[in-house]
Amino acid sequence: MAEYIIKNGFVFDPVLGINGDKTDVAIKDGKFVETTQLANPKTIDATGMTVMAGAVDIHAHVAGPKVNTGRNFRPEDKLFNCTPRRGVERMQGGFSVPTTFKTGYDYARMGYTTVMEAAMPPLYARHTHEEIRDTPIIDQAAFPVFGNNWFVLEYLKNNEIENTASYIAWLLRATKGYAVKVVNPGGTEAWGWGLNCENIHDPVPFFDITPAQIVKGLIEANEYLGLPHSMHVHANNLGNPGNYTTTLDTFKLSEGIKPRGGWGRDQVMHHTHVQFHSYGGDNWGNFESKSPEIMDYVNSHDNITIDIGQVTLDETTTMTADGPFEHHLTELNHLKWANTDVELETGSGVVPYVYSPTIKVCAIQWAIGLELGLLAKDPMRVFITTDHPNAGPFIRYPRVIKWLMSQQSREEMLNGFKHSEKVIDATHLMGIDRELSLYEIAQMTRAGTAKALGLGHMYGSLKPGLEADVAVYDFNPEQEHAPDDIEKAFGNARHLFKTGMQIINEGEIVSNGNKRTLWVNARVNENPQVMRDVKEKFLRYYTVTQNNYEVAGHHYVPNPYVIEVDATQ
Amino acid sequence: METVTLTIKNQPSLYLEADNISPDAFAGKSAENIAALHAYEGNTQTTLGDHFEISGKGGATATETRIIVNGDVSKVKYIGMKMTGGEIVVNGNPDMYVGAWMQGGKITVKGNVDAFAGTGMKGGEIVIDGDAGNYLGAAYRGDWRGMQGGKITVKGNAGSDIGTFMNGGEIVIGGDVDVHVATHAEGGKIVVKGNAKSRVGGQMVEGEIIVFGDIEVMMPGFIYRKDVDLEVDGISARFALYEGDIGERHRKRKGEVIYGKLYQKY
Repeated sequence: MAEYIIKNGFVFDPVLGINGDKTDVAIKDGKFVETTQLANPKTIDATGMTVMAGAVDIHAHVAGPKVNTGRNFRPEDKLFNCTPRRGVERMQGGFSVPTTFKTGYDYARMGYTTVMEAAMPPLYARHTHEEIRDTPIIDQAAFPVFGNNWFVLEYLKNNEIENTASYIAWLLRATKGYAVKVVNPGGTEAWGWGLNCENIHDPVPFFDITPAQIVKGLIEANEYLGLPHSMHVHANNLGNPGNYTTTLDTFKLSEGIKPRGGWGRDQVMHHTHVQFHSYGGDNWGNFESKSPEIMDYVNSHDNITIDIGQVTLDETTTMTADGPFEHHLTELNHLKWANTDVELETGSGVVPYVYSPTIKVCAIQWAIGLELGLLAKDPMRVFITTDHPNAGPFIRYPRVIKWLMSQQSREEMLNGFKHSEKVIDATHLMGIDRELSLYEIAQMTRAGTAKALGLGHMYGSLKPGLEADVAVYDFNPEQEHAPDDIEKAFGNARHLFKTGMQIINEGEIVSNGNKRTLWVNARVNENPQVMRDVKEKFLRYYTVTQNNYEVAGHHYVPNPYVIEVDATQ
Repeated sequence: METVTLTIKNQPSLYLEADNISPDAFAGKSAENIAALHAYEGNTQTTLGDHFEISGKGGATATETRIIVNGDVSKVKYIGMKMTGGEIVVNGNPDMYVGAWMQGGKITVKGNVDAFAGTGMKGGEIVIDGDAGNYLGAAYRGDWRGMQGGKITVKGNAGSDIGTFMNGGEIVIGGDVDVHVATHAEGGKIVVKGNAKSRVGGQMVEGEIIVFGDIEVMMPGFIYRKDVDLEVDGISARFALYEGDIGERHRKRKGEVIYGKLYQKY
């Protein structure tokens, strides 16, 4: 394999503590190495440019049935934005629900090399993996959803952590999944009765278990197995005024639990798209930001990580396993709605949404996301996302980075809103003069996310021995720049390497890479009870047989990267 | 006002996507420059010059540019797409998407148009001397933003699904229409001087439909309210007013529920 040396760039690597020093980066056989180990490298001149490890997205919806429902029922999302085949690039189209090809290319153009699909309905894992397979360049993994799963509800009702853990291990293997995802715990199951769980003590109908029991039980089962990533939760009561108390109650469920498994992460709970969970007020009229209360908790508790779920003020497509929330949304905006019940496992809804800067609530949501990022004391635990495509498409990450790095750009937005004064009153953003540094951005998009996913041994840094994923941006931190220069640079990587393979050269995509699908094989002691329960549930309830359920073979996961976990002890 | 004349010389073997036939694209250009503007035939990029004989030149702006299209253009799509001003006269029967997403100016077709004419139209005027196809003044597939402004006049008949998701503007049909009129509409006005078939105003939230002739099958979601005297297009007559679609959501104004209005002439 080719050798490369990236010379003379301003390097930002929080893991190695490099903060803008001019350092050379050496690549050999797909890994970073010491520069002395190179024999005859090809030189990439990064003079005057910013060099960072390939970015790692901890939460996006980029593959699977609900993404595809979005694509299918929104042909208008592809109107006027399709590009024909060009060089190695396949035909691309779509804005908030792009094609798989566009997804891979657009992430690469932003310097992202690893992306987590944040909600995989286990029954449709095969579909999810087929889409992941067709997404070029980026390494991906998918989180199966557990928070409304009948097995989990039945085991955790009796606090059977070991059985829950065995089931998780079985399901991760069956679906080639990576982590334990929880969406509106209990609430999506309640939606099957036309109900919801609005706080963590609101019992799930029929199962008679509370969201608090589900979340706490899944954290414990996750740590019983010692999985690479922590339990990853989208809490109850998303998107409603006054919901910040539910969020704080959910956070507190992580208290007293220690991470296990030796993956290097410190957290036992990752709470996703916290912007949607940081609302005060009790109606849309007195709706306000509660980000200080939320960040006070996050800053003082190091067994929690969050991502922000930044609203980008675009027309987008919301999609979530939070079925009742999507129904609420379609009642609000009267746009089209898709809803699915996924048998014993979960549910889902999809609704287009226009986050308009002329609407007060949308502008407040926009401010809250940025406040979360700017109030973060430890950027290794607070990550940039847009909950793609729910709060906005992932292609806006460079714009989010601009807002976080530039007070001027934020204040231009705040002053430009139609309801400017009301938005400023209901939020705290106007007073915040913090401008994040490139070092902090690298923490929020690479070092921190890789660590939280338990992938610090592969990604997130330029340390010798790690996967050679590295982005070179045309951005000179020592020169004067306008805020828009930040957005432009981070949206158009000058060079990109993925596992040592050159993907982008001088701004042009030159390779479709060799993408891998990561999954976690957790070995547990034999558990005849769980295996009997699985068999019985398939015979009794599922519409498919167990043989037609499991993701197996080359077709679904042609290039797997298996992370072995030994939980037999 | 400068005039550009396009006369088709080579028929495309597939369909020609010629959204560059618009005063906005032609403004400030010579015949030679216009001939170099691109079009698509399937996945192959061609030029307007490959298919048309071009004479004259564009005006300084779109508003000062007039385009005359001659010949058999039944395989040419997107004439006048997104135009903001100026004028197009088509002496023939163009294919789909005439004046789609149009914002201003005027298109006159001295023949028939195929489907999707005036899709998502925001302003300006389209006059069709012959018949119109399906989805006249409708929304693009999947979109909830149909015709929002401007006026479409069809002297002949129109096909099905006219004014789907219409939010504003006006469509006047001289003859008959096929099924589905103003489905999902939230505004705008459709006048049908001839007969309508069925599913008129289905899932209509707001807006007006005025039918001079028969409605073969009335939607069950429309309720007769009263008789009213109206003047429509210079004709004064008595109409029966129906309101609906009662199966849809409707907003209130000053405590009163606003329905879609369907007037039928006695």
